[in-house]
Amino acid sequence: MIFTVTSNGQAASGTFRMVLSSPEYHGSARGGQFAYILLPGYYLRRPFAISDCGEGWLEIIYCTVGNGTRELSGMAPGTRLDVLADLGHGFDIRATKDAAVLFGGGAGIAPLKLLARELAAAGKKVTAIFGFNRAVDIPEAIMDEIRSSGAEVLIATMDGSAGTKGFVTDALREHGCSFDYWYSCGPLPMMKAVCKAVDCGGQVSMEARMGCGTGICYGCSIMTAKGARRVCKDGPVFDREDIIW
Amino acid sequence: MVNERLSVTLAGVKMDNPVVPASGTFGFGLEMDRYDLNVLGGISLKGTTLEPRYGNPLPRIAETPSGLLNCVGLQNPGIDAFLATKVPALRKVYGGAIIANISGFSLEEYVKCCERASACGDIDIIEVNVSCPNVHGGGMAFGTSAKAAAEVTSAVKKVVKGKPVFIKLSPNVTDIVEIAKACEDAGADGLTLINTLLGMRISLATRKPLLSNRTGGLSGRGIFPVAVRMVWQVAHACSIPVMGCGGVASAQDVIEMMMAGATAVQVGSENLRNPLACKEIIESLPEEMDRLGIGSLTDIIGVA
Ligand SMILES: Cc1cc2nc3c(=O)[nH]c(=O)nc-3n(C[C@H](O)[C@H](O)[C@H](O)COP(=O)(O)OP(=O)(O)OC[C@H]3O[C@@H](n4cnc5c(N)ncnc54)[C@H](O)[C@@H]3O)c2cc1C
Ligand SMILES: Cc1cc2nc3c(=O)[nH]c(=O)nc-3n(C[C@H](O)[C@H](O)[C@H](O)COP(=O)(O)O)c2cc1C
Ligand code: FES
Repeated sequence: MIFTVTSNGQAASGTFRMVLSSPEYHGSARGGQFAYILLPGYYLRRPFAISDCGEGWLEIIYCTVGNGTRELSGMAPGTRLDVLADLGHGFDIRATKDAAVLFGGGAGIAPLKLLARELAAAGKKVTAIFGFNRAVDIPEAIMDEIRSSGAEVLIATMDGSAGTKGFVTDALREHGCSFDYWYSCGPLPMMKAVCKAVDCGGQVSMEARMGCGTGICYGCSIMTAKGARRVCKDGPVFDREDIIW
Repeated sequence: MVNERLSVTLAGVKMDNPVVPASGTFGFGLEMDRYDLNVLGGISLKGTTLEPRYGNPLPRIAETPSGLLNCVGLQNPGIDAFLATKVPALRKVYGGAIIANISGFSLEEYVKCCERASACGDIDIIEVNVSCPNVHGGGMAFGTSAKAAAEVTSAVKKVVKGKPVFIKLSPNVTDIVEIAKACEDAGADGLTLINTLLGMRISLATRKPLLSNRTGGLSGRGIFPVAVRMVWQVAHACSIPVMGCGGVASAQDVIEMMMAGATAVQVGSENLRNPLACKEIIESLPEEMDRLGIGSLTDIIGVA
C-alpha cells in the first residue's frame, strides 16, 4: 500500500517520529504489529512497530541507527512510501485482568504507546516504565501523549539525569506498583532482566533481521519452547515462557 | 480463464503459465495468504531434507546493494512430515504444478527423500538441490563437480518413477555447462538454474561477518545477468528443458529469461520485497507480450 509522509520530525536525541497516511488504510493495527517499509534505493524493507494509528494514518517512532533510518529521518512531507502495514501478531490485552505494567527501552517504547492506549480504553490500569540512557534521549511529547491516553509513565535513566537512576527494574522496585500482567519491548538484556525480576505472566516483542516479513522465507525463525517460530509472522510478540532466555 | 498464450509444457507437465515461486522464498505454499495460489504456473516448495532441521542461528539475512544474502540453512520439518502434511494441505487448495525441492548431505539421503517423494501423487516435479551453499560439507560438494552431480542424478533417477527430475545447479562453478551436460547424460529430465552465489558481508560496527554462518547465498535483482548468461549457455548446450531462476523481478525479466532458453521461470527474492510479485508479474505478461509482438510465450523460448 502506498502511504504519503504527512509529518516527520525529531522527538529526542536520535529519535524521530513519522506519520504516514493512506486513504486505503483504516487504522486497524494492534499494539505490537509492525509496518514494513520499502525505502527507495534499498533492497530489503525496514520493520517498525506501529506506535499509533487511526482512520487513514499510522505513526512510527524510530531511532537513527544506520543508513536506512538516517535517510528516513530526512524525508519531507509528501514523500511516497510503499508500506506493508499491520504485519505480525501484536500484544494480547485480554491477558491482563486489572492492571498491567509496560517495560520499554529505547525504540521499544513505540509499540507500547499503542498498547497503552488499547489497555486504558479497555478499562485496565496501566503503568509504563521506560528506560533511557540520558534525559536528552526522552521524547517528552510522546511521554505526554502516553500519559493523556490514560497511563501513568515512570522514567529510569542510566545516568540519573531524569527519574530513577538505573534500569526499568530499579524504577519498578522504587515505585512498587501492583499489577497482574506485563508487556515489554526493548533490548534483550532489559527484557531478560524484567523476566527475572517479575513473577507474573507477561509478553515480549522480539527483534530479528528479516527477509520477507510476511512468513514465507524462514529468515527470522527463533527456537522457542514450542519449537521454531517466525518472529515476523508467529511473533513479534511471544509469551515470556516461550522464549528460551 | 486460462490464457493459452501463457501456457507452457515443462518436461511433460502442462502449466497455465511459466511463473513459479522459487524454493525457499514461498514457504510450503500455504504461508502465502495474500492471493489465490491458482494463478501460479507452479510452486517450488522450501528445500526438504530427510530429518527435520531448524537451520542456522540468526542472523540469517543480510542486505546487499541489489539483493540479499541468506543462510537460512534449510529449515524444514523433514521429508515424512513434508509428505504427510505440507504437500496434501497445499494440494487441497492448489491445482497447478507442485515441485518438491530436495536437499541432502549424502547420496543415500537424496535417494531416500526422492524415493518417498516419488510415491506421492500430489507432487508433479522433483527438483534436486545439489547447490545449496549453506550447509557445511553438504550440498555444495555435489553441485560443484560434474562427477558428483551426475552420481546424484543417476541415483535419484533410478528410484523416481512417473515424474520428471530437475537438477538445480549451483552457479559457484568454473564451467556450468560441463556440469549441466553431465546431469543430462546421467538422465536428468530438466535443469533449474541458478541457485545463489556465495557471498559475505561484514558489520562495520562489530568488525565481524553479519551472518551467523559467516557466508551466505546471494540472490535478488543483482544476479539477474549472471542467471541469464548461465541459462543461455546451458540451454544452448543441452536438449532438456531449463527452469530459469535468479533475480527475476518483472514480466520483462520473465520474457528475457525465456529468450535465453528457459521454458519456465522462477521468481525468488522478489517475493520477499513484494509479496504480490508473482501475481503481478503474471498479470502484466499479456500486455508486455503485446508490446513486444509476442503471440505465445512458447514462441520465444531460446530465441536469443
Ligand atoms: C518487529 C520489529 C519492530 C521494530 N520496530 C522498531 C521501531 O519501532 N523503532 C525503531 O527505531 N526500530 C525498530 N526496529 C528496528 C529497525 O527495524 C532497525 O533499526 C532498522 O531496520 C535499521 O535500518 P537501517 O537501514 O538504519 O540500518 P542498517 O544496519 O543499515 O540496516 C541493514 C539491514 O539490517 C536490518 N536491521 C538492522 N538493524 C536491525 C534491527 N535492530 N532489527 C531488525 N533489522 C535490523 C535492516 O532492516 C536492513 O535490512 C524494529 C525491528 C523489528 C524486527
Ligand atoms: C531465503 C532464501 C531461501 C532459499 N532456500 C532455498 C532452498 O531451500 N532450496 C533451494 O534449492 N534454493 C533455495 N534458495 C535459492 C532460490 O530458490 C533461488 O535459486 C535464488 O534465490 C536465486 O533466485 P532469486 O534471485 O530470484 O532469489 C533460497 C533463496 C532465498 C533467498
Ligand atoms: S522474515 Fe521471512 S519468514 Fe520472517
